[in-house]
Amino acid sequence: MNKGVIAALAVVVVGAVAFMLTGEPPKKEEVKADADAKQLTIAVPSFLTGGAAGPFGIPAMNGAKMVVDAINKGKLPAPYNTAGFGGASASIIELDEGGGATKQVAEYRNLVEKRNVNAIVGYISSGNCQALAPIAEELKQFTIFATCGTPRIFEEAPRKYVFRTMAHATADNTAAAMYVKEQFPNLKGYTGIQQNYAWGQDSWRDFDLTLKQILPAAQASDNVQFPKIFAGQYGSEISAMSLDPAELVHTSFWGGDLEAFIFQGAARGLFKEKTGVLTVGGTAAYRLGKKLPDGLVLGARGPYGILVKDRDSALNQWFINTYKNLYGTFPSGPAYQYGQAILAAKIAYDKAGSDATDEELAAALKGITFESFSTTVEMALGGGHQAITENGYGITKYDEANGENIVTNVKFYPATCVMPPEGENSVDWIKGGMKGAKC
Amino acid sequence: MFGDKTSKFVVLGGLLIILVGSFAPNWIVNQFMFGFSRALAILGLMVLWRTGLVSFGHAFYFGLGAYAVAIFDIKFGVTDVFLRLLAGAFVAGLAGYLLGFIMRNYRDIFFAMLNTAISMVLFGIVVKTEALGSTDGFAISMSTIFGMSPESKYPLFVIITLVGILAALIVNFYLKSTYGRLTTAIRDNEIRVEYLGFSVAHAIHLKYTISTILAGGAGALMAMSLGQVDPESMINWTVSGELVFVTILSGPGNVLAPFIGSLVFEVLRTYAFELAPQAWQLIMGATFLTIIFFLPGGIWSLLEKFGGKKNGK
Amino acid sequence: METFLTIVLDGLQFSSYLFIVSAGLTIIFGVMKILNVAHGSFYAWGAYTAAFFIGKFSDMGTPDAFGFLIILAAAIAVGLLLGYAIEQLILKHMYHRDEVLIVLATFGLFLVLEDIILIAFGTDPYFAFQPMALLGSVELGGIVRDVYGLTLIGVATLVAVGCWWLLNKTKWGTLLKAVIYDREMGISMGINVPLVYTMTFIGGAILGGLGGAYIAPTISVAPGLGTEVIVLSFAVVVVGGMGSIAGAAIGSLIIGLLRALAVHELPQVELFVVFAVMAIVLVFRPEGLFAPAKPRKI
Repeated sequence: MNKGVIAALAVVVVGAVAFMLTGEPPKKEEVKADADAKQLTIAVPSFLTGGAAGPFGIPAMNGAKMVVDAINKGKLPAPYNTAGFGGASASIIELDEGGGATKQVAEYRNLVEKRNVNAIVGYISSGNCQALAPIAEELKQFTIFATCGTPRIFEEAPRKYVFRTMAHATADNTAAAMYVKEQFPNLKGYTGIQQNYAWGQDSWRDFDLTLKQILPAAQASDNVQFPKIFAGQYGSEISAMSLDPAELVHTSFWGGDLEAFIFQGAARGLFKEKTGVLTVGGTAAYRLGKKLPDGLVLGARGPYGILVKDRDSALNQWFINTYKNLYGTFPSGPAYQYGQAILAAKIAYDKAGSDATDEELAAALKGITFESFSTTVEMALGGGHQAITENGYGITKYDEANGENIVTNVKFYPATCVMPPEGENSVDWIKGGMKGAKC
Repeated sequence: MFGDKTSKFVVLGGLLIILVGSFAPNWIVNQFMFGFSRALAILGLMVLWRTGLVSFGHAFYFGLGAYAVAIFDIKFGVTDVFLRLLAGAFVAGLAGYLLGFIMRNYRDIFFAMLNTAISMVLFGIVVKTEALGSTDGFAISMSTIFGMSPESKYPLFVIITLVGILAALIVNFYLKSTYGRLTTAIRDNEIRVEYLGFSVAHAIHLKYTISTILAGGAGALMAMSLGQVDPESMINWTVSGELVFVTILSGPGNVLAPFIGSLVFEVLRTYAFELAPQAWQLIMGATFLTIIFFLPGGIWSLLEKFGGKKNGK
Repeated sequence: METFLTIVLDGLQFSSYLFIVSAGLTIIFGVMKILNVAHGSFYAWGAYTAAFFIGKFSDMGTPDAFGFLIILAAAIAVGLLLGYAIEQLILKHMYHRDEVLIVLATFGLFLVLEDIILIAFGTDPYFAFQPMALLGSVELGGIVRDVYGLTLIGVATLVAVGCWWLLNKTKWGTLLKAVIYDREMGISMGINVPLVYTMTFIGGAILGGLGGAYIAPTISVAPGLGTEVIVLSFAVVVVGGMGSIAGAAIGSLIIGLLRALAVHELPQVELFVVFAVMAIVLVFRPEGLFAPAKPRKI
């Protein structure tokens, strides 16, 4: 063998050994047993880069950081005013959720097997949640999904270690349809514009199906728009909708797309001619300020953000005021959602102890009902792993006197009214007439 | 046929990795699985690069391979590892063979762009179609090996490495053969190759098909390693970009290069992520620039320098 | 009839958007044979710079019309500074390399510049709606249109005519065309090719920045801005013929009108109309519809 061959072989061997040495002791359980029980590590993945960072990722991370900090210092209002997670203080590992599911799976494994985190709390993208749920189960890692919307996580398979502390996306659109029916009982036609990917497609489907059930007199347009996500220019779509006789425009747009759509639509008077229903509009409410047109039906994916600004529970007012002082704006939906998930983690640790195993933590969180910052959360679906909450909408109005956006005619629908019952597939439930809904 | 130094290395290295994997922590085995799956596609791209062709759209075949596994799993209940691999490689290879009739007439940037265009058309179709999973994709059931369901991912890792060894050996043999040597010949001067009596179009078509078979197989393996397929990770132009990145990173010198390059890429990405969660793109981009500027032959050229002698052609 | 007018106007507006965004890319490719992936960065930087300053000046109370001046200034600034820096620091050393390798280098550059935007401007969006609000709306074809969108058509025409005039009626244009056709001959004829390259790149960068800056008032300027335009402008350039302004214009028209038609009549195909056209053109006329003729060299 010549030098080159030996060199290459050496590189391979050294590389493999180095690879192994850069990791920490492999077994998670071992680390738990002899690690300092007073310090927990919680990984918080969120969108730190890309188009979702501004409206979702950063507010979410801010909410999480604020709540973790408060918990460590015991500053939350009662009944959560004990310090720490089961007494132990926690540090956060911030993670970027971007880069696609493959990357996130690799990173998730790194978190569990290399960096030995205690809990993983977060995730906004449905794609990531779906890819990771089976991995979490395989690695037996206590994981709380904070925001991702797809109903499929718990409808596909039973989960033991994975939780979601927020109602899934079905509620957004069933509630929207109900609100529309109440506010516009004589509606004759509706159309929509959605980003052409799973989120947009599912949102339209749920809204359309529900409205067909409860307001059969209204006709769906045959020219529903599905532009590419992040397209940014909606001139043609707005023209098409202007020509459409439908009086209502439903959209699940978020982020930059939503704001561009609002700017371009408002400049052309679209929202004066037609009523806009923005299922995720809540994230834009604080950012747009005066530019947000009046008279829009606004949702926040549940009891969050601007929709609950006036709820005066101690927890809610603490959340709003602390966030405003720390970050300069009022907290939007994602901040609440991540805060809620962290709160659930605290509850689990308090119940099971700071050195609990993943199984014990899971058992502690399963099926409970708890008071969150703005609402009551019941872990009622998916065998006690999927939360249900109320969901509601309001109508936007700019308050000149105070120089801020407010919502009027806010109406919330109970959780059991907008979420399917245990064991039922969401789409089938809607198609079947939403049996079992208790409103 | 397999007696040369490179082949010895491939086999030895592969067996060593398998050995190491048996007591390495899971997350490392996982990195290896992802890395080696991708390396298969890089192997194909390397063959194309030697021919002077770079495709910015091989995610098309990678994605086809991955989705083939998903669809065969859901529609036909195929769970066997080898059947899945064959399905992925076959579907992609067939597409590559058919498209190759068109592709073989293009060079340079047009070749690259045509591949991109086709991959984005597929991306659009998949994203738009709920039946194909849209952006949520599908979950894939665990793979079985000859009917047995393994407990951990280790057997899959062994199989991936073995497939890698096999592919490397075959490609190495191919590159040493007459038709294989045409790669660099075509890159240097096509017209001369024609005058020597070889059909450039045929040669390129063959190499293209080989690269698509490898890319499809890679996609299948990646799907099995990941347990999930979705268009963002497998068909988007950013995936093609990643594949090209690793190809350049590895260098075209030897069939071992893609495997080493893929592993380096995985390590690089993991640490960029950990150290700079908000700026990992910057690190990747800067690395890319650095490699292109200072190390055009990729990592392999670095290894060659240390080795002091060229290792296999 | 109303629908027809609407479709045509929509198509023209989108075509104008495409053209403004891809004109710079086609020039750079035509002259330097570089498919500049970092073009998306010029767009993004143009948009951010314009939005940032429009916001700042608006807060200071300057009249909204000033926004247009800012847009122009932002485009020129971005083009000059960023274009010059990139060309001198990176591209100049790579001209002798494989053109595909240069594309990859620009891809790396794009990734770097994307993150620098994040660091410089943060993740919050910037709004610069003042110019758009200023121009108001008008009723055409039975629906309300925003005047700003219609001015896009004007700007695109200006750019197209300007480029045409530059290429065909000035000495500089003749030099450019010479270099487009044959770089080596250009050098041997005494043309200062490095200077031509630098000026071309800066010109292309300014156009890219102008695209971003002019579009900024209609959108929310947020991270991820550059990524979308890259693929779009590639499609236009490929369809029209790389290196031909007329080609980029025709390419934009075709894609824009087809897309508008799709949106109104068949929204389901809207997503891949662009790439389907790109693929078809590549298959039947790989050089693009209007590529300058290339003599074959042995």
